[in-house]
Amino acid sequence: MGPVVTAGPATAPVETDQPVGDTDADPDRPWVVIVWNDPINLMSYVTFVLQKLFGYPYEVAEKLMLQVHYEGRAVVSSGTREKAELDVFRLHEHGLWATMQQD
Amino acid sequence: MLFDRDRARRRGPGRYQVKLRPNERALVADLVGQLREQLLASTDDPAVRRLFPPAYPDDAERDAGYQVLTRDTLLEQRLAALDTVEQSLDGRELDEGGMTAWMTTLNALRLVLGTRLDVDEEPPALDPSDPMAPAYAVYEFLGWLLSQVVDVLSADLPPAAES
Repeated sequence: MGPVVTAGPATAPVETDQPVGDTDADPDRPWVVIVWNDPINLMSYVTFVLQKLFGYPYEVAEKLMLQVHYEGRAVVSSGTREKAELDVFRLHEHGLWATMQQD
Repeated sequence: MLFDRDRARRRGPGRYQVKLRPNERALVADLVGQLREQLLASTDDPAVRRLFPPAYPDDAERDAGYQVLTRDTLLEQRLAALDTVEQSLDGRELDEGGMTAWMTTLNALRLVLGTRLDVDEEPPALDPSDPMAPAYAVYEFLGWLLSQVVDVLSADLPPAAES
């Protein structure tokens, strides 16, 4: 899998031609897993969980954690709906506030 | 000094220990018992709900499906982790799974307590006469202990995957 973790367009408020609320979803569009900021989870804990669950190097996990902290959310993984759901579940097992949506 | 020593230790690869003072042990035992009661209670407590977040916040139907699939498993895992913590309050050696049970339990306690206290990123300046001061002190203690557990578990993370 490619580096799905860079501060990608999924989290930036980019302009798009896509109408809001377009329901004609392409089933092949990947799902993204988003971790949301909360005031409780420790920064070191979030970094550790991202390393453990996704095998990210410390620097990548820390960068994602900081993105969650300062921007409110970060895309931490992506893939099929099944994969995204499993990733969300693993994050929920660790108490992180994670959701999924189609990119 | 009260906080003069690390409570969480790594005794070797994959071998850990959480060694608490007697008063700390009693506190954690009490909190674990309270969390178990709340998890098993059928009331819809927002603080407990924090442990079962939605996967599809904008799609009620899909989220209901996700909850059906996962909620019992999440609950069983939480309860099993509470058991593991209770059984190792005596400071016995833990494997990675045991130490992870401590980590997720301490974090779950912080999530429930922090949600109840409605904590902000910045902890409030504690006035000892504030009726909530003890709860904040417990919250800070849990964070202090959790960060030690995270530190020792980090030492055994496998090498990062190549991207």
